[in-house]
Amino acid sequence: MQKKIRRPGTALRTPRVTQVRHGASAFPTSAAKRRYFTILLVMVVASAAFGFGLLAWNNPAPYGSSGFWRIAEMRTTNVIIMAVVAFCQAMATVSFQTVTNNRIITPSIMGFESLYVAIQTSTVYLLGAAGLIAFSGTPQFLFQISVMVTFALLLYGWLLSGKYGNMQVMLLVGIIIGGGLGSVSTFMQRLLSPSEFDLLSARLFGSVTNAEAGYLPIAIPLCLVAGAALWFNARRLNLVSLGRDSTVNLGLNHRFETIKVLFLVSILMAISTALVGPMTFLGFLVATLAYQFADTYDHRFVFPMAFFTGFVVLTGAYFVMNHVFYAQGVVGIIIELVGGSVFLYVILRKGRL
Amino acid sequence: MITLTDVAKSYNSEVSIGPVNLQLPAGGITALVGPNGAGKSTLLTMIGRLLGVDRGAIEVGGLDVSTTKSKDLAKIVSILRQENHYVTRLTVRQLVGFGRFPYSKGRLTLLDEEIISRYIDFLDLGGLEDRYLDQLSGGQRQRAYVAMVLCQETDYVLLDEPLNNLDMRHSVQMMQHLHQAARELGRTIIIVLHDINFACHYADRICAVKDGQIAEFGTPEEIMSDDLLSRVFETPVQCINGPRGRLACFY
Ligand SMILES: Nc1ncnc2c1ncn2[C@@H]1O[C@H](COP(=O)(O)OP(=O)(O)OP(=O)(O)O)[C@@H](O)[C@H]1O
Ligand SMILES: [Mg+2]
Repeated sequence: MQKKIRRPGTALRTPRVTQVRHGASAFPTSAAKRRYFTILLVMVVASAAFGFGLLAWNNPAPYGSSGFWRIAEMRTTNVIIMAVVAFCQAMATVSFQTVTNNRIITPSIMGFESLYVAIQTSTVYLLGAAGLIAFSGTPQFLFQISVMVTFALLLYGWLLSGKYGNMQVMLLVGIIIGGGLGSVSTFMQRLLSPSEFDLLSARLFGSVTNAEAGYLPIAIPLCLVAGAALWFNARRLNLVSLGRDSTVNLGLNHRFETIKVLFLVSILMAISTALVGPMTFLGFLVATLAYQFADTYDHRFVFPMAFFTGFVVLTGAYFVMNHVFYAQGVVGIIIELVGGSVFLYVILRKGRL
Repeated sequence: MITLTDVAKSYNSEVSIGPVNLQLPAGGITALVGPNGAGKSTLLTMIGRLLGVDRGAIEVGGLDVSTTKSKDLAKIVSILRQENHYVTRLTVRQLVGFGRFPYSKGRLTLLDEEIISRYIDFLDLGGLEDRYLDQLSGGQRQRAYVAMVLCQETDYVLLDEPLNNLDMRHSVQMMQHLHQAARELGRTIIIVLHDINFACHYADRICAVKDGQIAEFGTPEEIMSDDLLSRVFETPVQCINGPRGRLACFY
């Protein structure tokens, strides 16, 4: 035992009563547990407040008129899209960071969003503006998702099965592929006519307000299924976060767990990107905040916290931009700015993540 | 019993380990000793299925480690590596609790909590159990990892240099505890040690590894000889009779 230095005024700790001791589960002390549920409650209340605020605040039509309901309905769609995006980004980023054992990177870094940009750009490039307009609706949504999932599975499957089956190589390849696809897209964009380019940038510029609501009937069940699968995997994810060696030692097939989680992550990311376009730092911001708030390793507690944090961030940003600054076009930029700053701060501080 | 049949592993064209044929009987402590880079960790991680073999087969307790399901093996063999990457947001008690995963699958019961407490106390971590891993000293963290592996309560326990970073008192305590676990609970413990005197005093068998081959295998009495040790470690060693058994002097 270490020698305890007794400072004046501090009482010696009373020795622990040795009944059955607890604390190996999610929270070491009941104070930590209370803290968690307090913060979660605050987040839930804030979510409800911002959500309701977005729906009802400042509706120009008089209450009860048909215009009022039409506006409320439109706004409901936007709030639902925010919920879907928050859910996808939160679950995907937290799980992704766990299987890659890295709290800095996000799925975006693996080339997901560059792939989205590349698909959209090459559609315009190859088919022209008419093609891009024709290539929309549910079929293109499903196509987009399946291309992204296939890409993810091929890449991860290949990288993880080979001799170089390790995370560093995979991440490196991911970054390089992401960069490469980005350059190819930029190159093709140079060759577009101005009107085609205009059409394309509207697609690529992520925004909740111009998201295609028609996707929702497919997107919601799909992301609920993927989210539920991750949720039921939470205890395994807890173990995976200890790293490959401990995972194998304690009886899980590490490669299988990793590919399974990456598959679900790619579905969630594809839904989010196809709905509102690239959001590079939202996931990072949400996961980092959620870990600070939850302060536990246990994914069963981190997931809900991350979802509500994401929802509060999105709805809060939109609420403030819509009703305080009247500048709703820049919401995405603001979130990215805040997320990017947090990202830099965390990297530079390099403290406990 | 642990059986290695023609086990070989080559990292690249220059470094290859084996082929090794070895039988380690069940029960007792076997110490793996040898110079740096001899292949001790490689052999141990292959036995503990963390590293695949290139050729040959390894059986632990009658089960082939490359074909048996990982979740079944986790109740039979546990391994602690030489270096461990640690998660900061984990307390000592939570880490040790992971040792119960093969049984509880993450749902800890009262019995699990009791077992966790037992191993925490065994390794003298009672006062530190609610500390986060990044708030510990190197030796304290090492003990927490050993506690996790013991908490797995497997018949075969593989430990790669568990005395790393430990002070004199905790080294002796850990070896006494392992000795007790081997004798009273019938555990089979394979342990990589660098201090030949620890190996001589606590191990039932010593296996000397050199250049990827088993150089010597025998009881401590057989191993503790001047020329054998000098040859294996490429350092002049003299063995003398100490107050509690043979001692190797090489200082
Ligand atoms: N991942 C690797 N890639 C290439 N070579 C490796 C790798 N790991 C180990 N080696 C080489 O294999 C040989 C055996 O390494 P091993 O770690 O088994 O030695 P050791 O006996 O445990 O040494 P130490 O006492 O220093 O821990 C060494 O020559 C080492 O350089
Ligand atoms: Mg070693």
